[in-house]
Amino acid sequence: MSLVQTTGAEHETGRRDAPLLRCANLEKSFSSLKAVDDVSFTIGAGETYGLLGPNGAGKTTLISIVAGVLESDAGAVTIDREPMSPGSLSVKARIGYVPQDIALYPDLTARENLAFFASLYHLRRREARVRVAEVLEVIGLADRAGDKVQTYSGGMKRRLNIGVGLIHRPRLLILDEPTVGVDPQSRNAILSSIEQLSAGGMAVLYTTHYMEEAERLCDRVGIVDLGHLIAEGTPRELTARLGEAQHIELTVERDPELVADALRGLPIASQVSAPGNGMVDVLVRDAGAALPAVLAGAATTGAPIRSVTVREPDLEAVFLHLTGKRLRD
Amino acid sequence: MPAALTIAGKDLRQRLRDRSAIMLAIVVPLVLAAIFSMLFGPSATPREFRYAIVDGDRSEISQGFAADVLGGLEEADVASVVPRENEATARRQVRDGDLDAAFLVPPGFAAGVQGEQPVDITIVGSPDSVTATSVARSVARSYAEGLNAVRVAVAALGAEGVRLAPADIEQVAEQTVHGAAPLTLTDVSADARVLDAKTYFAAGMAVFFLLFTVQFGVSSLVDERAEGTLSRLLAAPVRRRSILVGKLLTSVVLGVVSLTVLVVATSLLLGARWGNPVAVAALVLCGVLAATGITAVVASAAKTAEQAGSWQAVVAVSLGLLGGAFFPIQQSGSLMATLSLVTPHAWFMQGLADTSGGGGLAQVLPACVALLAMAAATGAVALSRIDKVLAP
Repeated sequence: MSLVQTTGAEHETGRRDAPLLRCANLEKSFSSLKAVDDVSFTIGAGETYGLLGPNGAGKTTLISIVAGVLESDAGAVTIDREPMSPGSLSVKARIGYVPQDIALYPDLTARENLAFFASLYHLRRREARVRVAEVLEVIGLADRAGDKVQTYSGGMKRRLNIGVGLIHRPRLLILDEPTVGVDPQSRNAILSSIEQLSAGGMAVLYTTHYMEEAERLCDRVGIVDLGHLIAEGTPRELTARLGEAQHIELTVERDPELVADALRGLPIASQVSAPGNGMVDVLVRDAGAALPAVLAGAATTGAPIRSVTVREPDLEAVFLHLTGKRLRD
Repeated sequence: MPAALTIAGKDLRQRLRDRSAIMLAIVVPLVLAAIFSMLFGPSATPREFRYAIVDGDRSEISQGFAADVLGGLEEADVASVVPRENEATARRQVRDGDLDAAFLVPPGFAAGVQGEQPVDITIVGSPDSVTATSVARSVARSYAEGLNAVRVAVAALGAEGVRLAPADIEQVAEQTVHGAAPLTLTDVSADARVLDAKTYFAAGMAVFFLLFTVQFGVSSLVDERAEGTLSRLLAAPVRRRSILVGKLLTSVVLGVVSLTVLVVATSLLLGARWGNPVAVAALVLCGVLAATGITAVVASAAKTAEQAGSWQAVVAVSLGLLGGAFFPIQQSGSLMATLSLVTPHAWFMQGLADTSGGGGLAQVLPACVALLAMAAATGAVALSRIDKVLAP
């Protein structure tokens, strides 16, 4: 069952038309901390856009501005060319917002939670009743609809949390790290649901610090760090920035910085970093050819090597390449 | 449906499922009012004293004492007085607790008025009825002193050489006695605007717990922020003011419902007399609005639900004590009575006292105006802090 009413044709058309969401030069500070600094991006209808970055990068602040929960200090958000602000009620009605925390009323049932938000989004009583039943079916909670949310498992709450964001058939769905703390089975179910929504034509703004989720779901990805949008493109475009490079990851028992310093002197290493947890990341063109030299270089420091991994380029590597940090630091 | 009503409806549904809210809003104040009424009610509103009179003289003067003085006590609902044939019967009934005290008028009582010996009325009182015995003793002493004044008057006339016939002496005595009333009774129930104990404690507990009840509405904003649902409300097409109004509406409905239930329950179960229904309804509404405003200000200053709960408890208890929810604050002196007027409790209780004495809407108007002024002032402060209150 589709959760949105837009058609595939509209979906295709939407991608070619003006962006559904346009963020231009957004800025937001809390006291002396600049949480969002000159961020601009767009999302077309039917497109899934991922904001990828570590915890504290500014993703939640950014989407709170897009959802009209926070007001930006500078810049503008438009949805269907209409400006968004905390007072733009008609614009807010086109957005489905799924916060990172489980934002539900635990002493109400799933049906009551959905009906409450349906009413806030101005669905008429009869329409709301039908829509609540549809959403319950899609999130797989129809048989538990009359139970209080406080009796649900974590995964069920996560599904309902997303269901509330869909109750009014939004044009843009904003999901803030919807899989945090979710078991693998529920996580896969959530990701499949989002893929279905996207296929149905809904625009999705998705924040995550899980590289695999961004690669699986997103048409385009914006990499965020310290409030800045430092790179943007399709996952393929972003990984292509690394060229044909491969990563050699060493895990050493001690002195990773010392090992990294030693390897920076190798002509075959285009980039060396020590992102933490005893890891040393070396970017090379041909891992097979470079590996003996890398191991020999590390051995000169006397630091015992616990493991060696060779990885193809991915978004994690892109982030590491751009920031010198790992996504889950 | 307007968003504020939707939010209030959701909140009320949540509160109805919260047994602790119902306990705090209705059960606890009702039980405490009953306990306090039982503990302090009898001493606060004395029951009718039970007296007997043993008239050993059977003269016009002694019968006048029974009819005029003790009859006056009966008319004022201070005491019931029954005649007893002899002293032994009266003493036995006092000892058995059937009577609080007995007046023993000795034989030759009227003759004593003309003689040289002071007249006397003996009081037989129960040691368990100290107040009743004390009142009886005062009445008898006062009357005896009046008669002694007659005796002195008759003696004075004799000294002047006036020859009085027995009928004249009795006339002088009667005139003197009736001219100097031994006891003056004043009905204080309406004019002095004092609540009876049952009504006092019912109203005191109701208004004290009102500040706890209404906090379930306004303070849930702090809970919504902690639970993450506030950001969801803020992302919905709902004006921020509607969210706040919805919460305030929840408080008002909770407060009005809980006070109404308490008014009815304490009337039926405890015998509280709240007074004119229209006046009481006006007081209830104004009191709820004032309490809601106060809790809104406290909630707007709190950062966490725990902080809001602690601060509101401190404010509720302090205002309750100062406002006379537990004991009549007027007994602590005029300064405390004046200070108590900063609390909604004092105005609520004052308004109730005004209407319980028979007053209507006009009599509670000053209290209602004061309560509405508190509601307006505190509500304005809460609204001025709306951005802070509704920060995600």
